[in-house]
Amino acid sequence: MTRAAWHVATVAEARQETPTSRRIALDIPTWPGNEAGAHLDLRLTAEDGYQASRSYSIASSGPGTRVVLAIAEVDGGEVSPFLVHDLQVGDQIEVHGPLGAFFVWRPARDGAPGDAADSSAGADAAAMPRPVQLIAGGSGVVPLFAMASAHAAAADATPFRLLYSVRTPEDLFFADDLAALAAAPEPTRLALDVVYTRQAPAGATRAPGRLTADVLGELVWPVEREPRIFVCGPTPFVESVADWLVAAGHPASSIRTERFGGA
Amino acid sequence: MSFITRGFSGRGRDRDERLPPGQTLVEDWPVLSAGPTPEISTDEWRFEVRTEAGRKEWTWDEMQALGVEDVTVDIHCVTHWSKLGMAWRGVPLDKIFEEVETSHDYVMAHSYGGYTTNVPLDELLDGQAWIAFEADGEPLDPEHGGPARLLVPHLYFWKSAKWIRGLVTMPTDDPGFWEQNGYHLHGDPWREERYW
Repeated sequence: MTRAAWHVATVAEARQETPTSRRIALDIPTWPGNEAGAHLDLRLTAEDGYQASRSYSIASSGPGTRVVLAIAEVDGGEVSPFLVHDLQVGDQIEVHGPLGAFFVWRPARDGAPGDAADSSAGADAAAMPRPVQLIAGGSGVVPLFAMASAHAAAADATPFRLLYSVRTPEDLFFADDLAALAAAPEPTRLALDVVYTRQAPAGATRAPGRLTADVLGELVWPVEREPRIFVCGPTPFVESVADWLVAAGHPASSIRTERFGGA
Repeated sequence: MSFITRGFSGRGRDRDERLPPGQTLVEDWPVLSAGPTPEISTDEWRFEVRTEAGRKEWTWDEMQALGVEDVTVDIHCVTHWSKLGMAWRGVPLDKIFEEVETSHDYVMAHSYGGYTTNVPLDELLDGQAWIAFEADGEPLDPEHGGPARLLVPHLYFWKSAKWIRGLVTMPTDDPGFWEQNGYHLHGDPWREERYW
């Protein structure tokens, strides 16, 4: 087995996503396309040859050569502050990927429920698709947004729901895109629930506060519907959510996680 | 091909020689797992080795009785972070394989929770691997693989299976969980064996 080559990527667009993050679109002529939920390695090289590499989830999916990232700035970081503040349209960087074949969701090609082959519901899988529950903490929404977008783009019939925990309304990633997905016609409409932990928008029915097991129970598909669940966020968030889901009766095998940050 | 990224100078100027290529030093301890964290008490914990000849099992106390070592090692995650000079405590695999005979050259490590990873047997012996149950002077947290995990510090850390429950010897090097999902069959950080 030989190692795949690094791809040369050119920054095609860059815009502020939230006060602490930036959306960056890369043109990568040699990119083979990627599944929804995949990630890539990104490498920067200084003039003296010093290199720094980081892994980032991909916000886009499909066969195209335009790859979208959404980078959250890590205080005191070496790579993310550069990407958020210094990288300019036209600059070139290197990426390796796509990576990850586990934390991905695949739409069906014909509008039937996606990922039916992965269902454990047996012969009834096609008739009763297992719904998909996405649960995001902060910038953990990036790969889940890719899945929700792929679901809509494929006009896939799998019921999709996103629970998104975020500090304040201005910290929402992909706010307009998510609103559009949530307003799409059935069967591709995304059921969207946002839990604000510090400050809720005017008119919100729920006071701001950290996600709890009870609120989680209200806002995710129930155990009886056998949802396939993808959780992505900071480690303490993912640990809590996954523990609550297991305690509520969701089988561990139905829950896929992606964590970032230390414990 | 590698080239200069305009404007990037980097901050890792005093790069430690113990860092393999593409790695960044961290002070905290990132957690990476594919699913929920299993909770296993030391009372119910069992460790077994299966070979072509049969099966042998150890309880928690029997494992400790094999002989515990303190080791200080560097660990390197495929997602580019490394921790240097971590103090670990565990039972060397050499002690386990004093009680096990096999003609097989590979093992598949199996975890509570269903995770698997493959390792050449001769890379688990001669002081290269442990069943570890303490890190930095504390019992391993469940999210870091407690009560016990495999520790194979010379390979990327996905080989150091959390929540270890046993080893199954194999005549060929079959891929485990991440190896089936895009990671390298072997995983040497110094050769950057990250992906296929």
